[in-house]
Amino acid sequence: MSRMTDRPLAVSAPGPAPAAGPVTKGSPAGTAQAPRPGRGPSAGRRSPLARGGWTPWLYLAPALVVIGGLLVYPVYQLGLISFLEYTQAQVSGGEPTSFEGFGNYAALFRDEQFWQVLLATVVFAGACVVSTLAVGCALAVLLTRVRALPRLALMLAALGAWATPAVTGSTVWLLLFDPDFGPVNRVLGLGDHSWTYGRYSAFALVLLEVVWCSFPFVMVTVYAGIRAVPSEVLEAASLDGASQWRIWRSVLAPMLRPILVVVTIQSVIWDFKVFTQIYVMTNGGGIAGQNLVLNVYAYQKAFASSQYGLGSAIGVVMLLILLAVTLVYLRLLRRQGEEL
Amino acid sequence: MKLAPLSARMAAPIAALVVAGLTATACAPESSDNSGGKDEKSGTLRVWLFQEVTNAPKEKVVDGVVTAFEKAHKGTKVDVQYIPVETRAEKIKAAFNDPKSAPDLIEYGNTDTAGYVKDGGLADVSEEFTDWSESKDTDPTAKQSVTVDGRIYGAPYFVGVRALYYRTDIFEDLDLEVPKTQAELISTAKKIRQAKPDLYGLAVGGAYTYGAMPFIWSNGGELAEGKGGSYASTIDSAEAQKGIKAYTSLFGDDNCPAAKCAGMGGNDTVTAFASGKAGMAIGGDFSHAAIEAGKVKGKYKVVPLPGVKSGEIAPAFAGGNNLGVLKSTTHRTLAVDLMEQLASKKTQGALFDAMGFLPTFTDVRKDVAKREPFVEPFVKTLGSGAKFVPASPAWSQIDASLVLPTMFQEVVSGRKGVEAASKDAAKKMNDAFSSAG
Repeated sequence: MSRMTDRPLAVSAPGPAPAAGPVTKGSPAGTAQAPRPGRGPSAGRRSPLARGGWTPWLYLAPALVVIGGLLVYPVYQLGLISFLEYTQAQVSGGEPTSFEGFGNYAALFRDEQFWQVLLATVVFAGACVVSTLAVGCALAVLLTRVRALPRLALMLAALGAWATPAVTGSTVWLLLFDPDFGPVNRVLGLGDHSWTYGRYSAFALVLLEVVWCSFPFVMVTVYAGIRAVPSEVLEAASLDGASQWRIWRSVLAPMLRPILVVVTIQSVIWDFKVFTQIYVMTNGGGIAGQNLVLNVYAYQKAFASSQYGLGSAIGVVMLLILLAVTLVYLRLLRRQGEEL
Repeated sequence: MKLAPLSARMAAPIAALVVAGLTATACAPESSDNSGGKDEKSGTLRVWLFQEVTNAPKEKVVDGVVTAFEKAHKGTKVDVQYIPVETRAEKIKAAFNDPKSAPDLIEYGNTDTAGYVKDGGLADVSEEFTDWSESKDTDPTAKQSVTVDGRIYGAPYFVGVRALYYRTDIFEDLDLEVPKTQAELISTAKKIRQAKPDLYGLAVGGAYTYGAMPFIWSNGGELAEGKGGSYASTIDSAEAQKGIKAYTSLFGDDNCPAAKCAGMGGNDTVTAFASGKAGMAIGGDFSHAAIEAGKVKGKYKVVPLPGVKSGEIAPAFAGGNNLGVLKSTTHRTLAVDLMEQLASKKTQGALFDAMGFLPTFTDVRKDVAKREPFVEPFVKTLGSGAKFVPASPAWSQIDASLVLPTMFQEVVSGRKGVEAASKDAAKKMNDAFSSAG
């Protein structure tokens, strides 16, 4: 749930998978329909059947066991519980567990608040992703343009933000914007203006914190990507008189596409699941629940009021939405430019 | 066809998922068995009490009871653990889920009674409680807080009640009278704010449910009405709306600006008062220590919160804690006996001296009020009839999903009128009542 814990995992686990696929699949458009042309290092084999039978599965087995135990089984339990009447009374044996079919889902979809929260989550996550990517990419380009010392300073500052636990970061931001003691109000001369009272200003404040703690990942990844771009290409572009923006748009962005895809998907997933920042900074969802996002809402349902069945249903809905977004996004990219 | 490669690639994971699903169908989510069954007459009794901010005096009183108990019951050991209040919900839920490592006796907040009973966690001790000689002096509201559907599930341990704290120096300064009615209370609050714009007149919070309840109750409103064991919300009745209107009229630049106060809870208002930022506050007898430790020490007094008419006391919420025996205990007789010792008149009197906890026995309460004049307004408030939240398992759900704070905050921030907000809250409460029954 906290960004600190899922970040390192997310970076190493799903990262290479989409990146490796696209990069090696550099075949021209026309052959895309052939059965997996040139996929993986074993390109050139004629028939997929001849690919070693059980041997690949043997090598994959340890990873599959871990994924099965840590991912598939919990997701399965999540799905199962979402079809049950499962509250604290059922857990501790006060009442029998009963099968509800789609009862939890029906209750959820009838709940007006759910739709409001869903809309708020989508818009908020979208804004966070766009801002994070913009800031991260801009600073990555900046990193390549400055001298060693400022580069080191920027790197250290970014890594500091990255390493800060989400709860700490949120608390510090809240303190900075505190109506009574916050330095921001003092500097801006805003008196005792409360940033968390208005719906949009509270969301904006959280957005700033989310961007602050997630841009370093984008920046470092994109910076590494830019470093790998041959300098002749960039030189040629500048000799042709291309502006910095033009170089980014026409040269760097297309070449960095696989990396950008990965950081975008990661950002979508993180920002859609944001919990800690909202929970800490808006005190569990803001005035009259105005700043609730799906994850905090699910927490309220599942844990605070012990409706585990309903909470699981929200979890399943979130999972499906994220899967759909990711798949649609990958499909779109694949359709546009085959060399994804 | 473009779809082909994608589905081919997904076939394997889907197959794996299906296989995993098939093999795992045997494992439905667990339910634990909480029927202890045995009733052993010796062994170790495990007790969980709440960890207080300054716990040593409480420990001393409890240790005294435990030593006497162990002496009276040969071969019995009592292991008392103090659990942090913030994580009590998780701990107690975990105890219900895992009876093997669960304690025999717990302290719990009285608003949780109905929920814990529905969870199947607490043992029915109606017979023992009625036979207990001391129980006839138990204050009826306290008894109500251990009662669900006519059965008794524990012994009241202490009560907590709120009253009006006010700053004597400011009242003298501005030549103000102590308010005798709700209308006077509101106008006095605004007068303080007008004369001293850097203070809140009366510190209020949009999330301070138990500070707001007296306004609803004193106007004749109720949270919910019990109809044959099930409840129906009455938070949108005309009387309740009048109370909501009175409470929310305190939010604004003329008393407690909504931008700051809408998000405040009970502790925030007490902190504001203790640090000298408010002329008045609604605080509990249990807030006494915090306020004594603040800037306003020696410059404040407490009176019962005034009701609508002069001379009336606004009904307060009877908070507090109970002791209860877990259904899963294997030492039922011993555990009930220890519960009675820990909640006895003698222990409660000692706990008052040590911790300031108000006793749940009316006679003991009268005694301590004589010894310690500070508690007098609180005892008076209790004496005039304190109220309790609906004894329904739905209450903890209503509490956790912030139904009432949301209602107050919607009104205070101008998002909804009193009528619309209270109707929405009533609907949410009724949903909870019908689902949690």
